[in-house]
Amino acid sequence: MGHFVIVGILVIVMTVLTYFGLDAAGLATQMHPVAASAQAAPIDQLWHWEVIVVSFLFSLIVVPMIYSLVVFRQKKGELKDGEHMEGNATLEIAWTVVPLIIVVIFAYLGAYSLGEVRRVDPNAMVINVTGQQFSWTFEYPEYGFISTELYLPIDKQVVLKMQSTDVIHSFWVPEFRVKQDVVPGRVTEYRITPTLEGSYKVRCAELCGTSHAYMENPVVVVSSDAYDAWVAEQIKIAEESKTPEGQGKVLATKYGCVGCHSADGSPLTGPTWFNLYGSEVKLADGSTVTADDAFIAQSILEPNATIVEGFPSPSVMPPYALTDEEIANLIAYIKTLK
Amino acid sequence: MKGFFSSALARGLFWQVIGTLVGAGLVTGIRALMGLSATDTFFFTEPAWVLGGFIGALSFLVGSGVTGDWIKWARGIDTPDHHEDHHTGWEKFVNVSLDHKVIGIQYTLVALVLISIGGLFALIFRTELAASELQFLTTDMKLFGQNGPQLYNTLMSLHGMVMIVSILLGIAGIINYVVPLLLGAQDMAFPRLNAFSFWIAVPAAVLLLSSLFLGGFDTGWTGYPPLSARAPVGMQMFFLGVFVAGWSSILGALNVLVTVVRMRAKGMTAMRMPIFVWASIATSLIALTATQFIGLAFQLVMFQRLFGMGFFDPAKGGNPVLFQHLFWFYSHPAVYVFILPGLGVISELLPVFVRKPLYGYRWIAMSSLGIALVGFVVWAHHMFTSGMNEYLRVPFMYSTLLVAVPTGVKFFSWVATLWKGKISTPTPMLFVLGGIVVFLMGGLSGPPNATVSTDLHLHDTYFIVGHFHDTIFGGFVFPFFAAIYYWFPKATGRKMNETLGKIHFWLMTPSFFVLTFGMMYIGLIGMRRRIADYDPALGIDTAHLILTISGFAIALSVLIFFYNFFVSIKNGEKAEGNLWNSRSPEWQVPSPMPVHNYDKPFEVVGEPYDYGLKDAGFVKFIEEPAKGKH
Repeated sequence: MGHFVIVGILVIVMTVLTYFGLDAAGLATQMHPVAASAQAAPIDQLWHWEVIVVSFLFSLIVVPMIYSLVVFRQKKGELKDGEHMEGNATLEIAWTVVPLIIVVIFAYLGAYSLGEVRRVDPNAMVINVTGQQFSWTFEYPEYGFISTELYLPIDKQVVLKMQSTDVIHSFWVPEFRVKQDVVPGRVTEYRITPTLEGSYKVRCAELCGTSHAYMENPVVVVSSDAYDAWVAEQIKIAEESKTPEGQGKVLATKYGCVGCHSADGSPLTGPTWFNLYGSEVKLADGSTVTADDAFIAQSILEPNATIVEGFPSPSVMPPYALTDEEIANLIAYIKTLK
Repeated sequence: MKGFFSSALARGLFWQVIGTLVGAGLVTGIRALMGLSATDTFFFTEPAWVLGGFIGALSFLVGSGVTGDWIKWARGIDTPDHHEDHHTGWEKFVNVSLDHKVIGIQYTLVALVLISIGGLFALIFRTELAASELQFLTTDMKLFGQNGPQLYNTLMSLHGMVMIVSILLGIAGIINYVVPLLLGAQDMAFPRLNAFSFWIAVPAAVLLLSSLFLGGFDTGWTGYPPLSARAPVGMQMFFLGVFVAGWSSILGALNVLVTVVRMRAKGMTAMRMPIFVWASIATSLIALTATQFIGLAFQLVMFQRLFGMGFFDPAKGGNPVLFQHLFWFYSHPAVYVFILPGLGVISELLPVFVRKPLYGYRWIAMSSLGIALVGFVVWAHHMFTSGMNEYLRVPFMYSTLLVAVPTGVKFFSWVATLWKGKISTPTPMLFVLGGIVVFLMGGLSGPPNATVSTDLHLHDTYFIVGHFHDTIFGGFVFPFFAAIYYWFPKATGRKMNETLGKIHFWLMTPSFFVLTFGMMYIGLIGMRRRIADYDPALGIDTAHLILTISGFAIALSVLIFFYNFFVSIKNGEKAEGNLWNSRSPEWQVPSPMPVHNYDKPFEVVGEPYDYGLKDAGFVKFIEEPAKGKH
């Protein structure tokens, strides 16, 4: 019985060491990074329970393994076989049934935790989210403006109604813990209650193409006063942008143009709009064209008609069926970028 | 070299090129007649490449001669049961052979080639990840018609699928070589089908790798539409490559099952089969019945692109999430295809080096079938965030957690096998032990992904990447190396160098722990999967640098293995006897194994793992010549 007692003690010691080791790395009592939503609490709680069980199971297997390797190793020149033990039905049943009980417990805890995460507040504020290669757009339907930053008031549940215009994206703010894919052809829902003021980022978590890594937009959690102030400011900006240029800028955000076409000359997936209007554009086939109204309109409606030198063919941009007015507004906006 | 150019491999590759050109030319000609565009960015148009690729693969098979006997039979010409193999040395392995041992080694060699290629891809993008910002895969660089980030995506996606194909070939290699020997059979049930299963994997690998040169693809190995419906032509080559490789898997599995059912030695009842045979049955059952689904899923996207069918296009009433269901219905059970043979190797080798019976043999055998069975009903745990029906996530969580039970049985039984043994640790045993611990890490990092709420955070991050590298290394890579070190003397009559083997192990194992633990750590912080660049504000630059160094350390250890492998073939220490002192039948005859396996058939007279019991034999060779058995 000596061996069992020693191993039993060592398993307990190892469990404690593993747990505190993981805790020292910041991996036990909560997940990384800092938790900033009410939904993070049940998730981190479940994770903590799992880390405890994992520490124990790790020790339960590794300790007797290492112990056996040290104590029951074959000495030099020894040719004898080990003890003839073929198995023990009671023991086998025990280590089938006990894990099964643990599984049932965690099945319950898992379902309970999911229920907590999905708890619905009927008064939740609705924000419409659009994902497109390679940016996010947020529409606040209550006030009728759109933004590239997601501002959220603290301690109030919001429900994001999410749509994609092209491929599958995934909405993930690590500090909120929750992740939800955004799928073309359907509306998916992301429900969150921010609990910690701060600046975070929504990071697209489903591979969506070449610039997937950069599909990140700011998420800002502020006090309800600061939120109201921000909303008022946005409404004012929206009022001021009733001009064609202003509307063009709104459209560029709404349709995600800004995800690939920069306004300051920096290279992104598509050609920059900076100093574009009226310039001579070199095409992939060697010819040059003047970037006038007709060229820009065609590039929006049929991206594949002409390929600018240095950009992939066929174009990665999907065709956008915009109205004449929308196109005129966009061109008016592009004209201002000098 | 002359021998190479007249080999089946060279002929096959030559005809694959010709076939591709003929097929592509045919489509191009028809398109020209119809007034459609005849050429595109990569010379041929996409439909031309697809038909060309397909005809190229068929031409490889005919050109290499692996279908020769069938063609003769169709024409009414008889062929002998066994071909006299007139090739010697390395030439045996680049020509068509019907000997399961040669085919097993062929599989293993191609698996090793693909592991090297897949590993090289990993090193390239791992280097890119060593620091934030783009280092050399920048938007300005251009290679194979791709800019840096696109090339990153191609390499990352190909790393996944090339490794998966190499694993499928690797397990087929071990199973092909070992299972008939363990059963006491002269060969597999269908030797020609066996050769076909191997040879079809070669053009498949060529197709898969050709995607790199045809614009690549940026979808990851999962190829989710709509992204995969928009990717360059390389995407189609990827689909086609996987589709063709699937045939290798399906036909190989069929052969294994028939062999086990029909060709066991006298007295080898179900519960006296070596445990590795049980693992092979479980894995073959999955491969035979599930592989069709990935082929189907990829074929549907292929047709969506070629013919404008709207299977997964919401604008035409299609459903992108449906693809994920079809895809994972194979691709989840597939991970059990990868690991079950590896776990079988662990169970098979453990008693030999512990000098004790395998603890709870029946339970381990049944747990393999249990894992295979449960593995079929857990696929949607890959889709907890996909937008599938919200309530269905709960039953899939339950079924996924259930996998822990049969897996636990294996772990407990292995520990009990080690208990009170007389343990020695030559290189194969080190890899067995390493495999157990690494697989344990993979197993224990699983449940947080199984419970839906925690998975909402972990899904699509490096936590998952760390988790599955642990399961695949523990369940396949470590046991695969163990198997090679263990059965190498059986195949060659020589032993691999023990010191180099130990250096390989002690370099690879700690590096691997650092690599996967680091992956899980940065995943929690916010490192997403499949990105070429990450936000420096996450503060994970140092961690990434350490991961890259670990990656290179693993590569170095594998280089040492390759050196050891190739040098030992000719210069290894001679080992013709039962050097591991095993009870298994293949070690009761001298190495290397004779062409038609056992000169005298054997009869099973005892339990396979009765170490420590005096005068308890497992097999007894029958002295009188066998009659009428084939």
